Amino acid sequence: MPVFDLSTTPLRALNSALHALSQGANDTEFEVINPRGSHSVAVGIDTPITVEVRGSVGYYCAGMNDGGTVTVHGSAGPGVAENMMSGTVIIEGDASQYAGATGRGGLLVIKGNAASRCAISMKGIDIVVHGNIGHMSAFMGQSGHLVVLGDAGEALGDSLYEAKLFVRGTVKSLGSDCIEKQMKPKHLAKLAELLEKAGVTDVKPEEFKRYGSARTLYNFNIDNADAY
Amino acid sequence: MCGIVGLFLKDKSLEPQLGQLLSDMLITMTDRGPDSAGIAIYGVPATGKAKVTLQSARPDVDFAGLDDDLAAAGIDSAVLVKSTHAVVEIDADALSSIRGVLSGIRPDIRIMGSGDSVEIYKETGLPKDVVARFDVRSMGGTHGIGHTRMATESAVTTLGAHPFSTGADQCLVHNGSLSNHNNLRRELVREGMTFETQNDSEVAAAYLTAKMAKGKDLGEALTGALDDLDGFFTFVVGTKSGFGVVRDPIACKPAVMAETDQYVAFGSEYRALVNLPGIETARVWEPEPATVYFWDHDRAA
Repeated sequence: MPVFDLSTTPLRALNSALHALSQGANDTEFEVINPRGSHSVAVGIDTPITVEVRGSVGYYCAGMNDGGTVTVHGSAGPGVAENMMSGTVIIEGDASQYAGATGRGGLLVIKGNAASRCAISMKGIDIVVHGNIGHMSAFMGQSGHLVVLGDAGEALGDSLYEAKLFVRGTVKSLGSDCIEKQMKPKHLAKLAELLEKAGVTDVKPEEFKRYGSARTLYNFNIDNADAY
Repeated sequence: MCGIVGLFLKDKSLEPQLGQLLSDMLITMTDRGPDSAGIAIYGVPATGKAKVTLQSARPDVDFAGLDDDLAAAGIDSAVLVKSTHAVVEIDADALSSIRGVLSGIRPDIRIMGSGDSVEIYKETGLPKDVVARFDVRSMGGTHGIGHTRMATESAVTTLGAHPFSTGADQCLVHNGSLSNHNNLRRELVREGMTFETQNDSEVAAAYLTAKMAKGKDLGEALTGALDDLDGFFTFVVGTKSGFGVVRDPIACKPAVMAETDQYVAFGSEYRALVNLPGIETARVWEPEPATVYFWDHDRAA
C-alpha cells in the first residue's frame, strides 16, 4: 500500500499519483499520514480506490471525488467532498462549514458534527451526519438526501428545491419555503437504506421527521403573472 | 481572507515559549494574507511599571537620545529599540502624560499600544520577516495574538496592520469586514475616542475599549459587539489578563480552537495549531456563530 507522509512529501505528489491511476490499476489502496490540516488532500480522484487519511485535514478534502472511497481519521476543514460526483467520503471526526456542497452523487458520512451550510446546493449527493448540523444547511438543495441524527441549526432548507431532508433531533428553525412533510413508506425505506450504508445500526427510520420544499418559491404561480 | 492566531497559556512553564509558539502559528497562516503582519504579546507585568510600544518610519532619528529627551521632560525610561519599534518602560504613573510629551519631542512617532504588559509589533511584509525583524521568537509572556493581513477596507500600511490597540493593554485582530464602521466611528468620536486610521477593524477595537471603559468586562463588550457591529467578523481580543473570541452570526470567516490543561489556542485554520504541544489529544472545536468565548487569568487564579 503506497503511503504518503505529508510532513515530508509535497501534497502535489500525492494528488498527482492519485490522478495518474488508470481504470483497473493494481494499486487501489493508499494511506496518507501527517496531513496536519493540509488543504485539498485527495481531490479529483476518478478511479475506485481507497484512501485512508490518518489525521485532520484542511479545506476541500476529497473534492470532486468520482468513485473513490476516502476516510479521514480526524476532522475536516471547510468544503469537504465539495462537488462529489460518486464514491464515498467518511469523516470520523467533525466537518467544518459547507460539507458536501454542490455534490452531485456519492455518499458523505460525517460521524461527528457538521458546521454551517452543510449540503448547500446539493445536487444528488447523499449525506449522513451522526451529530448535529449548523445554520443554513441544505440551502437551495436541488436533489439528494440529507440525514441528520442530531439537531439542525437555524434556517434549515432555505429556498429548497427537491432535496429531501431527514432530521432526528430538533430543528432550530426552517428556512423560507421549507416545511415538514409526511413520512411515507418509500421515505422510510430510503432512510433505512441510507442509514445502513452509513453504518448506523442503533437508530430507526421512524425516529426521523422529513422536511422538504413547499414549492412556492421556485414554481411560477400564474396569479403573479401581472408582476412581470 | 486574513489569518489570525491566538494563544492563552494556562501552564506557566510554557510562558518562555510564547513568542516561539505564536510565531510558528502565524507563519503557518501566511498564505491567508501576505500584506502585513503583527503580533501583540502580553509579558509578565513588572510592579509599578508600564510599557509603551512606539513605531517610527525613521527609527535612527526618532529613537536616538529618546531616553535623554524623556528624562528632560521629567519621565525616567528604559528604551529598547527593535527595528522600527521601540518599547519604552516607564513608571506606571507616567503613562497618562507620555503621549503628550512624545507628541512634543517626537511628533512623527506613532504609539502602537501601551499598558502594564502588552507589546505590539506590526509592519508590512510577510509574517516570517516581521517575526524575525522584531525577534518575536525570543519573547515570553502569558498570552498573545497575531494577524497576517489581506487588505480589503484600507491601505496596506504599518498603521493599517493588526493588532489594533485602542486602550491600555487592549488589542484586537479581525478577519472579515465591517459595513457600519463609518457610522460607528462617528458615534465613538462623539464619545471621545480617537482614531489613527480609516480601518474598519480599528473601529471594532475602539468599540470594545469604549464599552470596557464604561465598566463592562471583555465578555460583555463582545456580546454588545454582536448587536452593534454589522458585517463579517471573527475577532480575537486580548486584555491584560483575558483572551476572547467571537464570530458574527453568519460565521463565514473560519475559526478553530483547541484547549488542553496547558493552553487555549485559536487559529483561522487547524494548520496553525498542529505544532502546539499535546494537540493530538486536545479538545478541538469550531467556535459557534454569535457566541462569546473568553478566558481570564485573574478569574482562573
